[in-house]
Amino acid sequence: MPVAIAPNPEADLDVDEPRAIDEGLVGHDRVFHASARTVGLVVLLLILCIGGFLGYQGFPTLQRYGLSFFTETRWLPERDIVGLAAVLVGTVEVALIALAIGFPLAFLTALFISEYAPARLRTTLVSLVDLMAAVPSIIYGLLGFAFLQPHLIYIARWLSEYASWIPIFRVDTDPHAAAWAQSKFTASAFIAGIAVSLMVIPLACAIMRAVFSEAPLGEREAAAALGATRWGVIRSVVLPFGRRGVIGGTMLALGRALGETIAVLLIISPAFEIKFRVLTVGTMTTSALIAGRFGEATPSQLSALLAAGFVLFLMTLSVNTVAAVFVNRSRTGAGTDV
Amino acid sequence: MSALGVLTGRRPSVDAAQPRTRSAAHLEAERVSAWFGDHKVLERVSLTFPNASVTALIGPSGCGKSTFLRILNRMHESTPTAKMAGEVRLDGVDVYAAGERVTETRRRIGMVFQKPNPFPAMSIGENVIAGPKLTGVRLKGASRAEVIERSLRRAGLWDEVKDRLDRPGGALSGGQQQRLCIARSLAVDPDVLLMDEPCSALDPTSTLYIEKTIQELAHEMTVVIVTHNMQQALRVSQQSAFFLAEAGKPGVVVESGPTTQIFEAPTDERTMDYVNGRFG
Amino acid sequence: MQALTSEELTADIPRRTSARTLDDRASLLGAAVGSVALVWVLYERVFSLSGAVGFVVCWYLAFVTLYALVSGVSNPGPIVVDRVWAAVVTGGATLVGLALGATIVFIFVKGWPALHHLNFYTHDMAGVRPTSPLTQGGVLHAVVGTLIQIAIAVAIALPLGVATAVYMTEVGGRLTDAVRTVVEAMTALPDVLAGLFVYTVLIIGFHWERDGFAVSLALAVTMTPVIARSAEVVLKLVSSSLREASLALGASHWQTVKGVVLPTARAGLVTSLILGIARIAGETAPLLIVSGASTFFNKNPFHNPMNSLPLFIFSSVRSGEPAYITRGYGAAALLVALVLVLFVAARFLARDRQVAR
Repeated sequence: MPVAIAPNPEADLDVDEPRAIDEGLVGHDRVFHASARTVGLVVLLLILCIGGFLGYQGFPTLQRYGLSFFTETRWLPERDIVGLAAVLVGTVEVALIALAIGFPLAFLTALFISEYAPARLRTTLVSLVDLMAAVPSIIYGLLGFAFLQPHLIYIARWLSEYASWIPIFRVDTDPHAAAWAQSKFTASAFIAGIAVSLMVIPLACAIMRAVFSEAPLGEREAAAALGATRWGVIRSVVLPFGRRGVIGGTMLALGRALGETIAVLLIISPAFEIKFRVLTVGTMTTSALIAGRFGEATPSQLSALLAAGFVLFLMTLSVNTVAAVFVNRSRTGAGTDV
Repeated sequence: MSALGVLTGRRPSVDAAQPRTRSAAHLEAERVSAWFGDHKVLERVSLTFPNASVTALIGPSGCGKSTFLRILNRMHESTPTAKMAGEVRLDGVDVYAAGERVTETRRRIGMVFQKPNPFPAMSIGENVIAGPKLTGVRLKGASRAEVIERSLRRAGLWDEVKDRLDRPGGALSGGQQQRLCIARSLAVDPDVLLMDEPCSALDPTSTLYIEKTIQELAHEMTVVIVTHNMQQALRVSQQSAFFLAEAGKPGVVVESGPTTQIFEAPTDERTMDYVNGRFG
Repeated sequence: MQALTSEELTADIPRRTSARTLDDRASLLGAAVGSVALVWVLYERVFSLSGAVGFVVCWYLAFVTLYALVSGVSNPGPIVVDRVWAAVVTGGATLVGLALGATIVFIFVKGWPALHHLNFYTHDMAGVRPTSPLTQGGVLHAVVGTLIQIAIAVAIALPLGVATAVYMTEVGGRLTDAVRTVVEAMTALPDVLAGLFVYTVLIIGFHWERDGFAVSLALAVTMTPVIARSAEVVLKLVSSSLREASLALGASHWQTVKGVVLPTARAGLVTSLILGIARIAGETAPLLIVSGASTFFNKNPFHNPMNSLPLFIFSSVRSGEPAYITRGYGAAALLVALVLVLFVAARFLARDRQVAR
């Protein structure tokens, strides 16, 4: 027999809204939650601090030079001429060269591992890519400096001879010289960019591969059952699914390339001029400037370097954040919703 | 260079844009066995699927029906460690023979999966013509529209979606998605259509729609359907094959023949028990 | 068509199934051989070019072209496209593999002259003149410095990183998404900025000495987000039914995390720790800013500069002295070996569990 429950006269039964439930946390859980939250906050604050301190310390420089800090190409602190224009152009140049070489290779390697390699080799290949990411950047710097450079100058010369109708490949050399001027082709943005590309390939590749391999089996089989070739499956299912991962991975690679220091410092010879001829000797990037000039800096020069660091911080942080947003969306599968 | 074609036994490819004159193909499987790694899941299954008819594969879960179906259009070998033995002949030609191209086999033997799987990044219309596009048939303007309409009509979906062909395929209901997948399979003009429990994820109304579609398709093509639903097998199929895997043994075909005979007068006691719902 | 022999049918053995037809194989082989021959003739004899790199590039281009042409003769369009892409994808992946192999081989070959002297491992560089032969001096001080700095960095970054991961996966809250995005962005933060940060705060702000501890702090700043992110991935893999089982037994949240979640994820957490170490072991830029190089042995992180492997490599290679440069490559080989060992250890621990990212 159902028994009617006597309504509690205190409660207003007409109101139908979620009631507040006391979580009933025991004492040490409160401590646990509070401390975990604190650590999360500390890490969040830490990154804001990095930006904050750099900005605070670099502020005198920005105030002193104003806009000319971004338009002046020369970096002569002893003569009170300080500007980032050439350095920023060099930074972007090296990063873009690294991407131009690194992106296709990372993309193809990711496709190879997730789609073409035999299943039993796949784990090993993934490990190798991770290993490549773990190799310190100074090693790639050494490789670029001592091993790749002697070969790359020939490629650079070839490009400058046969592709000089593209302005960026132009190099001013005497075409009638008996021996070609090798030194004109060394220590360039091109060679630094290739060394940096070795660093960003594993990073971009790992992210792209992870996203590719998550492409839904149902759609892969649907395409295969229609008579699609392997490339057909990739084109119709894997790439549309992995688009965000490709973009996110590339952006992360760009962020890393913008900030790469030691490999660039080892390879380039410093040149403070805005130039777009990437094959010609000499360039400068922000991070290499900081690392290279730090040792001998006076307090006022230090402020200028910190201001440069602040600019680099803003650049990489914005690129990385955009990348992280892309990668995360793709990872949660939101990218597949239409 | 045509010597190479002769060498590899390739037949001249048929232009897929033209509807074929042949209405259906004769499909037969002979002594087909299957393994996953060292585990044998199917033992010497021989079945013939006559032209322009529906064959139902019935049996309890895990008896190898779906594996057998996937062997018919060579989807089986895309699973790592999967192996097979025996022959599958489409119009007399073994699809596993050395010169046969797997993509061509799969184009001629279409497949509809258990879970509807339209391509989410494509619109309804693009989904339908995904197959021709993937197999290299360029469709433009009128012929594109014609293929879309013809395929959607055959799948019984045209009237419901004709005004929103450029809307995403993922926005349809489950039953409509499944019919979209059928339309997509039909757009490449397959000779055979394999269906792996196409209604198990759908509501009863959608199921009826799809069964109606299957009956209409059977006039022009060979259909093989895996189903757990006895009533469905009775409603749509002319032939049935009963698969069974006894404990620890690979799946075998216990009995096959006209559907009415399998359901009303089976010769094997196990078939009798199964169709009467005593197990499985 | 080819029928099976009766013997094969009765034997019931698996057939060899391959998505590749004879035409596929013949086209591939023919294009490969044909392009080698073509480039062989044209490259040196007709165009009188030279250089191995150019030869390989020309061969590859000729191969892809020839492969496409041969395929196009007897195959429909999609097959040709498929084959060309397969050739391009495989070529790209091979190039990356070669680059990785070349890197490791190159470093060990260049470092070998220094590596095979025992004193390289047992001495420091105190009192070694620029022209001293390789039988004098070694990198012990740099190795010890690196190990001490890593140890301190781990002691700081591991608890912080794991606690952040626990916050993101177990506790949650409004800030979770912000923390996750920032942590992820921070894993790619330029290393030079971590050095700048520690320098401005500690050395300018608090007039700290340029010593090993300051270096460790800079490394910890780089390492924390790396550990936090990979630990988050590992913790997410712990099945939520395990958590619920523990909570249903009446355990508190903290007891669940401490007693169930963290122990279950232990192997994965170790992997993420090792990957974090591999990341910071080779960091050079922060060291260049925060620490001064020293030539002598110093095991006190709080007093006097302390050398480390990356810094030693950098200063040696830039010195211009052949013996120094060779020592630099030797140290580089040691650094790569260290990373390799860490890496294999991480793989070994994560063998059965796909948690390594």
